[in-house]
Amino acid sequence: MTDQVLAIDDLQVEFRTEEGVVKAVDGVGYALGKGEVLAVLGESGSGKTVHARAIMRILDSPPAFITNGTVRLGDIELLTLDEDDMREVRGSRVAMLFQDPHTALDPVFTVGDQLMELLRERRKMSRGQAREESLALLQRVGIPDARDRLDAFPHQLSGGIAQRVMVAMAVALEPEVLLADEPTSSLDVTVQAQVLELLGSLVAETEMSMVLITHNLAVAVGLAQRIAVMYAGRIVELGPARDVYTTPKHPYTAGLLRSIPDIQVREERLPGIAGSPPNLLKLPTGCAFSPRCPLADDRCRTEVPAFFAVGPDRWSACFHPDEVQR
Amino acid sequence: MLVVPVLLGTILLVYGLVFLTPGDPIRRLAGTKPLSESTYNEITHRYHLDQPFVVQYLYYLNGIVHGDLGATFTGRDVSEIIKERFPVTLKLTLGAFTVEVVMGLALALVAALKRRTLADTGILVYTLVMITIPVIVLGFILQYTFGVKLGWFPVAGIQDGWKSYVLPSLTLGLGSAAALGRLARSNILDNMAGEHIRAAVARGLPRRRVVGRHVMKNSLVPIVTILGLDLAYLMGGAILTERIFNLPGLGNALFTGIATENGPLVVGLVTLSAIIFVFTILIVDLLCARIDPRISYE
Amino acid sequence: MSSHRPTSYLEGISAVDDAPSAAAATLWTDVWRKMRRDKRFWVAAALITMFALMAIAPFLFFTKDPQACPIVDFAQRPSRQHWFGTDILGCDYYTRVIYGARTSFKVGLVVASVTIAIALTLGSSAGYYAGKTDMIASRIADILFSVPTLLGAILVLTLFHGGGALIIGLVIAFFGWPDMFRLVRSTVISGKSRGYVRAARTMGSPGRTILRRHVLPNGIAPVLVFAAYVIGGAVGAEAGLTFLGVGLRLPAISWGLQLAVADTRFPELAYLMVYPSLFLCLMIGAFILLGESLRDALDVKLEPND
Repeated sequence: MTDQVLAIDDLQVEFRTEEGVVKAVDGVGYALGKGEVLAVLGESGSGKTVHARAIMRILDSPPAFITNGTVRLGDIELLTLDEDDMREVRGSRVAMLFQDPHTALDPVFTVGDQLMELLRERRKMSRGQAREESLALLQRVGIPDARDRLDAFPHQLSGGIAQRVMVAMAVALEPEVLLADEPTSSLDVTVQAQVLELLGSLVAETEMSMVLITHNLAVAVGLAQRIAVMYAGRIVELGPARDVYTTPKHPYTAGLLRSIPDIQVREERLPGIAGSPPNLLKLPTGCAFSPRCPLADDRCRTEVPAFFAVGPDRWSACFHPDEVQR
Repeated sequence: MLVVPVLLGTILLVYGLVFLTPGDPIRRLAGTKPLSESTYNEITHRYHLDQPFVVQYLYYLNGIVHGDLGATFTGRDVSEIIKERFPVTLKLTLGAFTVEVVMGLALALVAALKRRTLADTGILVYTLVMITIPVIVLGFILQYTFGVKLGWFPVAGIQDGWKSYVLPSLTLGLGSAAALGRLARSNILDNMAGEHIRAAVARGLPRRRVVGRHVMKNSLVPIVTILGLDLAYLMGGAILTERIFNLPGLGNALFTGIATENGPLVVGLVTLSAIIFVFTILIVDLLCARIDPRISYE
Repeated sequence: MSSHRPTSYLEGISAVDDAPSAAAATLWTDVWRKMRRDKRFWVAAALITMFALMAIAPFLFFTKDPQACPIVDFAQRPSRQHWFGTDILGCDYYTRVIYGARTSFKVGLVVASVTIAIALTLGSSAGYYAGKTDMIASRIADILFSVPTLLGAILVLTLFHGGGALIIGLVIAFFGWPDMFRLVRSTVISGKSRGYVRAARTMGSPGRTILRRHVLPNGIAPVLVFAAYVIGGAVGAEAGLTFLGVGLRLPAISWGLQLAVADTRFPELAYLMVYPSLFLCLMIGAFILLGESLRDALDVKLEPND
């Protein structure tokens, strides 16, 4: 792997609630190269959003606590930085893109105000400079009538435009890594494609690395070089996107793939994954996926599978990776 | 503009309560006092009671527009009384309002920023107690402790300049300060947990200064709304406060009006306060539309 | 993060956010459980029960005859004979204060029931049917809202020469219902767009039924909380009105009257002020505490809205 930009090892995050302790992230680790897009695929509750917020250190603590792990950005360790240093890192070296632009933007300030605020605060620009730069940013992310849009309020913008504004804010300080948390999930399908295209071109232009968090497999495959699949707080499969898609090495991934209806095949019922999503307060012994897994045996139900290599740059947390049927 | 029909409706309501309800309105205004025939005729003439209702009412409205809020049985114009006593009540209300804003916001901010600490719990308990204590009781407590026992402030009259207004302002303002404090605290906390705040932090903006700006502007609408609506409470409470501290303001005039069964005075003052309140709500609505672009004023 | 909270009672229901009213039954047991654990609830319940008893059966509290006022006993300080002393007419103050609870309680209940009745009917119609119904109801509410409750009550009571607890309650409610009306209306408006309501409509349920079975049960929470505050406010309002002289008059027994008298003899007979004040605060406080614990148990946010 050339030029590792971000390296995470054994990240663990706990949520201490009234009802008990929930291990939202249980040993997540991966490395991200320069200009690479890694998709983190998972359902809600898998820990994908929490791990990203842990990297940015914007989790509410309490109730969340990062109990273990290292997150190396280049040559510095993020988890042990003090708050002032971390603030420097945020936005300028690691940036985050949020899911719903209408809640991530402040409704009482104009788009221009929010962009300019960022530029003036972090780059010490004057009003005039900041306004010009904001205009340029909006144009760069492909917003038409950018000059008018500067004075618009978030609720006056469509979802697609608002999300482009968020992208502009995320890349304004030219970060090395972008954590995109479900950037298209709240958008219409047609607009989704446009925003993804925008992200793709930004990555290509600037060699920015991206962690693309999504629950949508098509989005993942469309943009990412590698895919990491998460379940119940752990990565259960990791590998090149194409390979994961054609030959999954974990039954959960296979289940996800199978539940996408094929327009050419006539089916009576939509196949899903048996059982219900895991209750993080009461995880089963052994593999967390075992209650729903067609390949589960006694070993699966008692022993937690380790995350091990099943091929060059191919990893799985399953005792039966080669038996997985697509 | 919706203000006009509501304003007219309110004036009509008060007018209707006096003049349209069954019975003799003049008798009603006079209470149990005897009325000479000439006084009776004079009143009938002045309020045009011999004319059909619509005409009556139009004369009445016309009068209000020109500042005529009726006249008492002793011949004094209500508007004269208002001019005379208004400054005292204004000072009291401003004092109470200042207490409400300064203390209320201070409580809210401290509680929100020091969440889950002793300060927060203390403030919650304090505010709960303060909203429970009615104005009358609070007035007595303050009068007794700071007026009688400690002798720091006067307990009656306005002869001591600004000092005379301290205890009354506190009496009237502490309760609403507590209410504002609680609501503002909860609102600020909600805003602090908002996604756009998290997004701002994720951009590396400093929490205190910049993020605070975002939180406060978002909280401004409910705070401004509460402040406006509280005016109604302040107007009612002013009567009690002026009575307890013997301040020669409009509230005390109203109280005397009640005691002496001075109907026209009561009607005039209540009409005035309703008009003031309607305009206050209007101002609040306009301000909120300015602050929050999602609110449009039809 | 809510995505990690186990969805125990909502398991099996696929609706994204809204629990259909069938789940309402389990929600109430949940609410009761939360309230049971809340100390404030128990304090409030104890106080309210005590005051209710005082109102219904004052003799349980070792009271004497409230009308027995030998003038020779006037203005005595508290003693073993007279626990709270005697008032300026010679009556046993303790007895008079205890009997005062009945008035306040009555007024509180009258105001609460009338306010809730008007606000629920008008508010839900206005919110649900919108259009002209909404316009008319909202205008009426706006007009009444423009007159500060205390002042409006003063106006009416002055013109119509006071009345008993019932009349006072009605007058307070007359000027006070717009507040709760707005709450009900906005609750209904937001409840209208819920999934289960739309489902019921497509199935042809008439509006009244939808209101009764779906919208109101789920929207009742803020109303209950607000009702508790309304009672507290009404008790305070009655005391204020009576204090000013437009409320109850002698020979009625009211804390407001006692405070008015205490004011004239202040500060020499300071004890006259202490006991009615204390009881007044306790009663108001009890209902406010009830409101607070209900609010936390039902997880209600009462934001000021236009």
